[in-house]
Amino acid sequence: MSDNLAASVREICKANGGDRTRLMDIVRAVQAKFGCVSGPAMEMIAQELKVHRVEVHGMVSFYSFLSEQPKGKVTIRLCNDLVDQMAGAAEVGQAFEDELGIKVGQTTPDGKIALEYTACIGMCDQAPAALVNDVVVTELSTDSARRIVRELRKHMDPARLVTRLGDGNNAHELVHAMVLNNIRVKGSLIFTPTNRGEAIRKALGITPAEVIRAVKTSRLRGRGGAGFPTGLKWEFTRAAPGERRYILCNADEGEPGTFKDRVILTELPDRVFAGMTIAGYAVGAEEGIVYLRGEYAYLRKYLEHTLQERRKDNLLGRNILGKQGFNFDIRIQMGAGAYVCGEETALISSCEGLRGDPKTRPPFPAQKGYLGCPSVVNNVETFACVTKILEQGPATFCEIGSQGSPGTKLLSISGDCKSPGVFEVPFGIKLSEVLKLCGAEDAIAVQVGGASGQMVAREEFGRTICYDDLATGGALMVLGPERNVLEAAEKFMDFFVEESCGYCTPCRVGNVLLRNRLARILAGDGEPSDLDYLNDLGQTVKIMSRCGLGQTSANPILTTLKNFRPAYNALVKKRTDGLQPAFDLRTAVADAERVIGRKSEHAHA
Amino acid sequence: MAKPKVATTSLAGCFGCHMSVLDIDDRILKLIELVQFDKSPIDDIKKFTGRCAIGLIEGGCCNEENVRVLQDFRAHCDILISVGDCATMGGIPALRNMVPLQECYEEAYLKGPTVHNPARQIPNDPELPLLLDKVYPCDEVVKIDYHLPGCPPSADTIWEALVALLTDKPVQLPYELVKYD
Repeated sequence: MSDNLAASVREICKANGGDRTRLMDIVRAVQAKFGCVSGPAMEMIAQELKVHRVEVHGMVSFYSFLSEQPKGKVTIRLCNDLVDQMAGAAEVGQAFEDELGIKVGQTTPDGKIALEYTACIGMCDQAPAALVNDVVVTELSTDSARRIVRELRKHMDPARLVTRLGDGNNAHELVHAMVLNNIRVKGSLIFTPTNRGEAIRKALGITPAEVIRAVKTSRLRGRGGAGFPTGLKWEFTRAAPGERRYILCNADEGEPGTFKDRVILTELPDRVFAGMTIAGYAVGAEEGIVYLRGEYAYLRKYLEHTLQERRKDNLLGRNILGKQGFNFDIRIQMGAGAYVCGEETALISSCEGLRGDPKTRPPFPAQKGYLGCPSVVNNVETFACVTKILEQGPATFCEIGSQGSPGTKLLSISGDCKSPGVFEVPFGIKLSEVLKLCGAEDAIAVQVGGASGQMVAREEFGRTICYDDLATGGALMVLGPERNVLEAAEKFMDFFVEESCGYCTPCRVGNVLLRNRLARILAGDGEPSDLDYLNDLGQTVKIMSRCGLGQTSANPILTTLKNFRPAYNALVKKRTDGLQPAFDLRTAVADAERVIGRKSEHAHA
Repeated sequence: MAKPKVATTSLAGCFGCHMSVLDIDDRILKLIELVQFDKSPIDDIKKFTGRCAIGLIEGGCCNEENVRVLQDFRAHCDILISVGDCATMGGIPALRNMVPLQECYEEAYLKGPTVHNPARQIPNDPELPLLLDKVYPCDEVVKIDYHLPGCPPSADTIWEALVALLTDKPVQLPYELVKYD
């Protein structure tokens, strides 16, 4: 076995050129082959790559899809984000537990099947959903959960769980998924017929500077949520000194409630790759990387195939479309389950074969990004927009949308609405109109922008979706009249506690303290002063954290404090005895009573 | 006007913070001009004689007795101050929080390398307070008004804080008094 392991590790490292920056691919390959990256495996990888073992260990321990201990041959990862929980993930989890005879977090005694919870897998519009290894199963019920286990026991082949295929390219033989696109509203930019190669041809007909000018003229802003002007980013990258430059596509869509990039990658990957190629031409890069989240591994073969087709048609490769000297190619970098890798500097770390730790900015990626070279990092949707802008000209692009936010936006809508799915709407649309479109007129609250966004109350449904008002990467989670908004905020805090990379103390510790205090309030033990505590601590976490995760993780609490104050006020009451209600002496002495064998007189007085 | 009363206690602490109180040296003469000591190991008064202005708490809560005393202090004192790191955060005693209570008992009374216990019994006298499942910092048990950091806080820190409170001025602790690296 260990000879086998040694030979395999050597082979895998060799296949990756013994390149330390490809550590992610190497550990993923070892994990795929042996079910885990064991201590000896880490040792061997470290030797092959001539790095310290701790660097390999750091990698393996960081990502939730990598494991040091052997797990099951098949791992069921049930999504437990807010929307999935609203759809009954807990009952489904219970059914999995009953049928498997184990608890979440355990592996069956025969070592065949492991059961875990995982963060949002980008299937909120068809929740509850789970990953069975790389295979996505959606719209789960307690019955289908039991059926899945029984079938797995028979054949242990996750692919055979897909009995019906989804629409569009989900039915493509290389995707073969039961996932649905649920495209509810097609707008005039993204979901439009496409003329493959036209945008690149037009871009290559003008100078790189003119391409950048066209993107600037369109006033396109980043679709990931932060809204940085794309043309400006490209200009900085082009101007930064460096021998090589890189184009990175952020397909790590990890923000709970977001799934529109999944649909773009399923239906319009050509347009994304074209956008990256145009960016490469504009800034002078020869290599592009798509950072694809581990949860979307089922799309990988299909995307590789699409890239291969583009190479065949000279849309990628050397002297693209006959343009002498313009070479550009794209590789796919798989992630391994870490929300923080959606943050651009963490994404770069991950591409470099490191733990997904964010980097200190400045320098910004445009100056020193991937491998220290000037790099463009844009969202999937942004690249798709670029292609359209080059195809039809920037003027047509800014005719749509609002002054500060031109174009359309893809919204991922889920939760308590009649038609969850992807909506392409012009920027500047009112939230109330969006809710009408998806059939959620009775909503009491909408979480705009995913877990890190803001909880918007009914009184504010007149606000508009755009960078100047409700800026969002596109996730809208609708809460109906039955829902408890503060419990939703607590779920989001659970998520951030889990996903904090741990580098900054205010984020690593602060989020735990925030979550615990909120839980105390929800348990009825809160006092008015706790609300000030939440607000103060929330601000500290926001201000004192290095990356976007910590800077936004307090938002579920801060925005509900602002927009749902009466809900908090109803839960807290002032106490005069000076005691902490959360401390219970009976609970605290219970262990000692058991060990010593007598009752505490004080606790039971 | 009667002098305000001050009470002190040491819970799960090492009495180091009390030593630091004594370490204010001759200023203790000034202190007893300002205040009268009530329940405290310093004067050995065991029970509160009345309402106190200030209670100084050393140590966190490791057993049921600590909880009872701390709650008694809260009931009798206008202002409670956590003095030192054990009161504030649990301190060294809280290192046991990572070990299950049963193992703590066994290590102390049965398995420890220096234990001589032929009866193989964990002491169970009603006089011995039961341990809590973990060591709690004081402000997880009752409301605490101020925290004085340090292990122990220096005499100057304690002095400055007390005088400021007693003379109703803002507490100003120079950086030198609260830096520990």
